[in-house]
Amino acid sequence: MYRANVLVCGGTGCTASGSASVIESLNAGIAAHGLEKEVRVVTTGCFGLCEKGPIVVVYPEGAFYQSVTADDAKEIVSEHLLKGRIVGRLLYQDETAGGGVSSLSETAFYKKQLRVALRNCGIIDPEDIGEYIAVDGYQALGKALTEYTPEQVVQVIIDSGLRGRGGAGFPTGLKWKFAAASEGDEKYVCCNADEGDPGAFMDRSVLEGDPHAVIEAMAIAGYAIGARQGYVYVRAEYPIAVRRLGIAIDQAREMGLLGEDILGSGFGFDLDIRLGAGAFVCGEETALMTSIEGRRGEPRPRPPFPAKEGVFGKPTILNNVETYANIPRIIMLGAEWFSSMGTEKSKGTKVFALGGKINNTGLVEIPMGTTLREIVEEIGGGVPNGKKFKAAQTGGPSGGCIPAEKIDVPIDYDNLLAIGSMMGSGGLIVMDEDNCMVDIAKFFLEFTVDESCGKCSPCRIGTRRMLEILTRITSGNAEMDDLAKLEELCYHVKMNSLCGLGQTAPNPVLSTMRYFKDEYIAHIEDKTCPAGVCKELLSYTILADKCIGCGMCRKVCPAEAISGERKEAHSIDTNKCVKCGACETACKFKAVVRA
Amino acid sequence: MKSLEELKALRDKLQSDMALREDGEDKIKILVGMATCGIAAGARPVLTEFVDEIAKRGLRNVQVGQTGCIGICQYEPVVEVFVPGLEKVTYVKMTPDKVAKVVSGHIVGGAIVQEYTIGSETA
Repeated sequence: MYRANVLVCGGTGCTASGSASVIESLNAGIAAHGLEKEVRVVTTGCFGLCEKGPIVVVYPEGAFYQSVTADDAKEIVSEHLLKGRIVGRLLYQDETAGGGVSSLSETAFYKKQLRVALRNCGIIDPEDIGEYIAVDGYQALGKALTEYTPEQVVQVIIDSGLRGRGGAGFPTGLKWKFAAASEGDEKYVCCNADEGDPGAFMDRSVLEGDPHAVIEAMAIAGYAIGARQGYVYVRAEYPIAVRRLGIAIDQAREMGLLGEDILGSGFGFDLDIRLGAGAFVCGEETALMTSIEGRRGEPRPRPPFPAKEGVFGKPTILNNVETYANIPRIIMLGAEWFSSMGTEKSKGTKVFALGGKINNTGLVEIPMGTTLREIVEEIGGGVPNGKKFKAAQTGGPSGGCIPAEKIDVPIDYDNLLAIGSMMGSGGLIVMDEDNCMVDIAKFFLEFTVDESCGKCSPCRIGTRRMLEILTRITSGNAEMDDLAKLEELCYHVKMNSLCGLGQTAPNPVLSTMRYFKDEYIAHIEDKTCPAGVCKELLSYTILADKCIGCGMCRKVCPAEAISGERKEAHSIDTNKCVKCGACETACKFKAVVRA
Repeated sequence: MKSLEELKALRDKLQSDMALREDGEDKIKILVGMATCGIAAGARPVLTEFVDEIAKRGLRNVQVGQTGCIGICQYEPVVEVFVPGLEKVTYVKMTPDKVAKVVSGHIVGGAIVQEYTIGSETA
């Protein structure tokens, strides 16, 4: 036994900010001080506060250290681990509480969170099945196999009110019920880990931090519908997640928790990983299943639904990573426990990947019904640099934006749909006054144009025509007429596309047109971009009364567009200007202005 | 792994490390003085002995930690025991040999081992 555990985040975020060298330095320091038998370093999954990574947490004190470097790690060993003195300067600073705090649960970032799907992320070592077992891992599978019939398992999931966390929010229990009712000698359980929305990383974090939860849930699902084989479809761009999932599957097999006759119940189930090559359309269920079969990932019309004809034409259920992560908890604690959280029609919690113009970039899990204001202002720590919150984008390229006036709407599936956005898989991008909403719509549409598989014309051609109109608007070449055309095109693409990709692709355009129509009109009629983003509508000028003639702007201009004598006011040649903004950044006297 | 019982037994065995990562509010805390004076007087073997003894008995509600110098260097190694809701008890001139008795008598049995406390030294 150890007297202290040092948990270091080994998620993608903290790995990128250098947690591997922190772990090395901790272990070296521990060895140098002869503490190997007293202190153990554990690599965990994501703590959520990616902004402040690498994160190191020392137990039993629960001291939460942020932005730790390899040198800081030496100090943690020599001060905290050797002498028992917490290193105050490295503690996470909680602005709202006024000063450093040492315990996680006290911080504004964690206080309003409720971790169900992320319950073990940042707590256990995902590469050690023993740690998962120690926190009641695989008990839910055992309970399902020994205490419940498959029908009872399905009923518990139905009663819990759990809905799909991948975006559309279909009731998970119903999906299972349909697949269980389908006749078939072979059935499949699949997991959608093809997370592709720009800015979303919930599923990656669950797989990296708690892969066994997904494995356990898939085995439970297999028992419920009568499947013996499962596939996890995960993108190859998630190397850490793929590796940990592979290790977890091997360990589960070794322990007899996957394979034949699990826990002496007679039920057998096994899992394989299928790597996706990163096509966004493969997150769509029929395309994903086609890809699992080894064919080109293209969608097909529904019906038949996967519950009748899925992978290899056999009855199949496909759920998202986060959906599965909830299942073991629901089986252990009951449907009533789960349905006591959340709103009337959206039960439980939702994980969001918080990004954009927000202080605490990272991963948060909140009960359904939490308002956007609580997420942005309290958990997220507000918008940086004193800027004003303008809107939040949810659901990525399939979703829409929530404008500032709707900041107090409780977040759940139905409320988001009602205000023209959608839950999506959980990317939440915060925007401030410096973001141009037309540009945002264009950004997401560029993404869908790139990712459209091309099988059906409304999506292949329609999205491209929409992008052309948006490009005209942002470059000042559009007429008011274009706005009506754009809107009409949106509805056509929505109504006529084959799969979810095309059906939802117009959402970012529609929702920005709904809430920020004045910005569209300003681009078209006044040929200006109110947020100062769209380059072709910008012009830079130098205010003669503020310019002291220091020449800084002239030096940094890559186009040699600025001229002027020393100590005299400079000027910009608009014909040469490439609108890079370097002069504005360089000027210390605020003489360069954008309009 | 052939049955749920086996899985549960394994879980119980593996829990000690995880207990360390739980909220420590209502746990018994054993703090060993580990300032220069404590270390020089031999506090580290005392600390490791506490950790081993607690692991041996599988006590989940006990935390072992370090603290600094409380100013009675002549009595080092000093060990303070905090049972939630009760006054702290200070053991002095501790050695690894004395640890088992403190754990069995005080931590498990709830009876303070008077002969090792600071009171018996100063009396």
